[in-house]
Amino acid sequence: MHRVCQDHRSDKIGREGGVNMELTTIGKRISKKDAPSKVTGGAAFIQDVALQGMLYGKILYSRYPHARITHIDTTRASMLAGVKAVLTGATIPSFTFGVYKDNPPLKTGKVCSLRDEVAAVAATDPDIAEAALDLIEVEYEELPAVFDPLEAMKEGAPLIHEGHVGGKEKKPTNVLNMPWRLLAGDVEGAKKEAAFVVEGTFRTQWVTHCCLGASGCVVQFDAANNLTVYSNTQIPSLAQKDFVEALGAFGLKNRKVRIIQSMIGGAFGSKLDTYAYEYIAILLAMKTRRPVKIVFTREEEFLATSPRQCTITRISQGCTKEGKLLFRDMEMILDNGAYTSWGATTPSVMMLPISSLYKVPNVKYSAKCVYTNNTYSQAMRGYGNPQATFAIESSIEELAEAAGVDPYEFRLINANEPGETTPQRFKVTTCGMKECMQEVKGRLGWNGKRREKSGRGFGMAALVHVGGGARVYKSDGCGTIIKVDDYGKVDVFTGSSDIGQGSETVIAQIVAEVLGIPIDDINVINNDTDVCPWDVGAHASRTTFVGGNSALGAAREIRRQILEAAGLALDEDPSGLDIRAGIVVAKHNNDKNIALGKVLRNMHYMPGGKMLMAEYFYDPPNENFDREFKGNLSVTYAYGAHGVEVEVDKETGQVRIINYVAAHDVGKALNPMLLEGQISGGGVMGLGYALTENMVYRDGKLMNANYLDYKMLTAKDIPPMQAVIVETDEQDGPYGAKGIGEPGLVPTAPAIANAIYDAVGVRIRDLPITAEKVLAALKAQGKEK
Amino acid sequence: MRKELSFVLNGDEVLVEVEPHWTLLYLLREVLELKGSKEGCGYGECGACTVVIDGKAVNSCIFPAMEAQGRSVVTIEGILPKDGSLHPLQQSFVDHGAVQCGFCSPGMIMSAYGLLQEKADPTDEEIKESIEGNLCRCTGYVKIIEAIRSAAKGE
Repeated sequence: MHRVCQDHRSDKIGREGGVNMELTTIGKRISKKDAPSKVTGGAAFIQDVALQGMLYGKILYSRYPHARITHIDTTRASMLAGVKAVLTGATIPSFTFGVYKDNPPLKTGKVCSLRDEVAAVAATDPDIAEAALDLIEVEYEELPAVFDPLEAMKEGAPLIHEGHVGGKEKKPTNVLNMPWRLLAGDVEGAKKEAAFVVEGTFRTQWVTHCCLGASGCVVQFDAANNLTVYSNTQIPSLAQKDFVEALGAFGLKNRKVRIIQSMIGGAFGSKLDTYAYEYIAILLAMKTRRPVKIVFTREEEFLATSPRQCTITRISQGCTKEGKLLFRDMEMILDNGAYTSWGATTPSVMMLPISSLYKVPNVKYSAKCVYTNNTYSQAMRGYGNPQATFAIESSIEELAEAAGVDPYEFRLINANEPGETTPQRFKVTTCGMKECMQEVKGRLGWNGKRREKSGRGFGMAALVHVGGGARVYKSDGCGTIIKVDDYGKVDVFTGSSDIGQGSETVIAQIVAEVLGIPIDDINVINNDTDVCPWDVGAHASRTTFVGGNSALGAAREIRRQILEAAGLALDEDPSGLDIRAGIVVAKHNNDKNIALGKVLRNMHYMPGGKMLMAEYFYDPPNENFDREFKGNLSVTYAYGAHGVEVEVDKETGQVRIINYVAAHDVGKALNPMLLEGQISGGGVMGLGYALTENMVYRDGKLMNANYLDYKMLTAKDIPPMQAVIVETDEQDGPYGAKGIGEPGLVPTAPAIANAIYDAVGVRIRDLPITAEKVLAALKAQGKEK
Repeated sequence: MRKELSFVLNGDEVLVEVEPHWTLLYLLREVLELKGSKEGCGYGECGACTVVIDGKAVNSCIFPAMEAQGRSVVTIEGILPKDGSLHPLQQSFVDHGAVQCGFCSPGMIMSAYGLLQEKADPTDEEIKESIEGNLCRCTGYVKIIEAIRSAAKGE
């Protein structure tokens, strides 16, 4: 690992902010606080949660991708010993959920995909619940279905939701009524002006999160019908809101909902929404008056969670004869699937690289999300950015070639720089893009164009992503409460969820740094809406930046209170005090000191006593998009570049990764070890996206709903991989940090596609890049010659 | 019809009545309440349920409980030293940042534990092979391999 510092400010940010003090905790390779409980098997995931009297819920899914339900008979299932409740759409209150409120927990009338929930059972044992599903008789009348978004857009295609209308005429349509359109500058004018123009169409596939810990919940009502949901959600506060609304629709208005998160066995966007199974569990618990657990099997996790959607992208870019980018023009079709979750809003984040990856003055983009009878799409790490960047960075390489400029030089000519305002009105504060590209080039020994030799080649791709929160809701905030106990231990209550990325450790580091106490004295509570403050959720790479800044604010306030209280005890002015290793000392005389716990006890026991407790809500100064989808979405932006050397076997089309370098502008590495974990974890997920992963759907049916046939990479598959940290010291970030959760997989696929082109001269425009596709392209190339 | 099963679990003799169709993972998690072994897939593809039987790493989710008769089974709970410290492999996973969401960690560690029973000083290739059947979505395996290498070298 190597660091590059753009030394435009002091790289020492003291505890007091600006005071030149050595950092004791920030920047250190500190192990994850919850790691000991995880390595001993003691950590409780949702699979491990059990309550007294708990029932097990199971869901019956549709037999057809598009059909009318003509009859359901649950009589025999209800009679099975051990079955406590059977529900169908007809037996539950009318309610829909999701971004478009187009999805009922149990379907009535018709089903629109094979994952549609038709009935549900609660039983004393999971095997009995499963057996009961087999006893439910459902009769269907099959309807014509459509699985290809291009077909679904055509006049006369089967309508997924007859009531959904769009366009000026308000006609029924499968095209979602979300007009994603971005315009900046004059693309048509730039096209005339451009010396070189390239065009291409790129396709990406359906891929899924593959969380090792499957989705699940355990729900429980108390005697007053208040609801507790044990969950592995990544959006506790928003899930709470969803469930409060649902309870209202279920006849339980004004009830309290508490979300308690178990350990979360991976999320990656999959747990960014609430799902039918959760509402079904709530309904089953209402009906039975007992706790109900629904945890997905691995097959269900593949079939009934919402993946990253497939896209079809047409792109055209042009540049001057010197290689300066003039315009970018993109149109995209996204398969939304049968219902609407956050997948439908990924074009908003796609706009970020489209408008702002490299300096490009004229930009045009439009996207259509189309209902089909496939599964429905959801957020996944990168939130649309990987799909857009695959097209952009593949096309950049083609444009560089057309212009006769080395692709690395072409990137340098057009690279983003600090201080720039992009066509979408993003304000670039710090930007380590060029440094990242230099790191990649140097470490790979890049020299370009090797195809004449041995089937080896280099490829690169850059990225931009939000790094300072993302204002997609009205608030992008997160709250923190800190209290200190009588023994000097500090409890930090944060809204931020730890989904494995290590936020609880980073937050503890920040608080430890401000307070001057050992990190082991800090306890982070981050999993209970009854005690933790509000937060928008673990998404948009925002947790370190937003949750971190929130913790920073609360820590500064509690420090002020501690010093004030210690000042009373020591008869010193608080400004003359410091906290060192948990002891408050007078700076001018270290013999004058008092242990933190004693300060607290003093406050509690003195006449008219007082608590020391601080709260801080941080909502970053970023902007919602305006009606033209413009505005400074994030306080700062994360940049990076990935480079790869590949070897392509011309006989088989097999691609071997020889070396991989991922360089990221992270602002400041608060914890390099956890940060490298984000980069290499993202990188390997990106390699799978580029090369092997593909949800194969045939007529709406997922053909590879298991780990054997869905090819996630294993330890044997990974190439040598270097994670390179480039520091730019972001002024608004906590101790200089930017968010880095998602960027690791964004540029992987185009970097590999570009390396394959460099190696053997064929361009693959369709993910994943399988040996079959490379071989077919090589054969076609041979015929041309 | 339950049958009697006797085996050594984490060093102790155990006698338990089991249904013939139970998997070892079911017995461990649901009957003996050892929840450290995880079920990630239930068909032997992800390795989250790995335990070590007579020195070899095994997917307990597809291992019939009855087959444990007379054998020695070690689970993630069984490698923990009695003094409250962590096993060197566990400590190494903690120290090297090899844990993110942690769902795969017990199985990963047990596969590595099985490897180190056979080979005190494995090559990187052998380390990768030993955890090839353990999927991890968070870490990209890089730090897991580092952690196992370091534990093997006694670092």
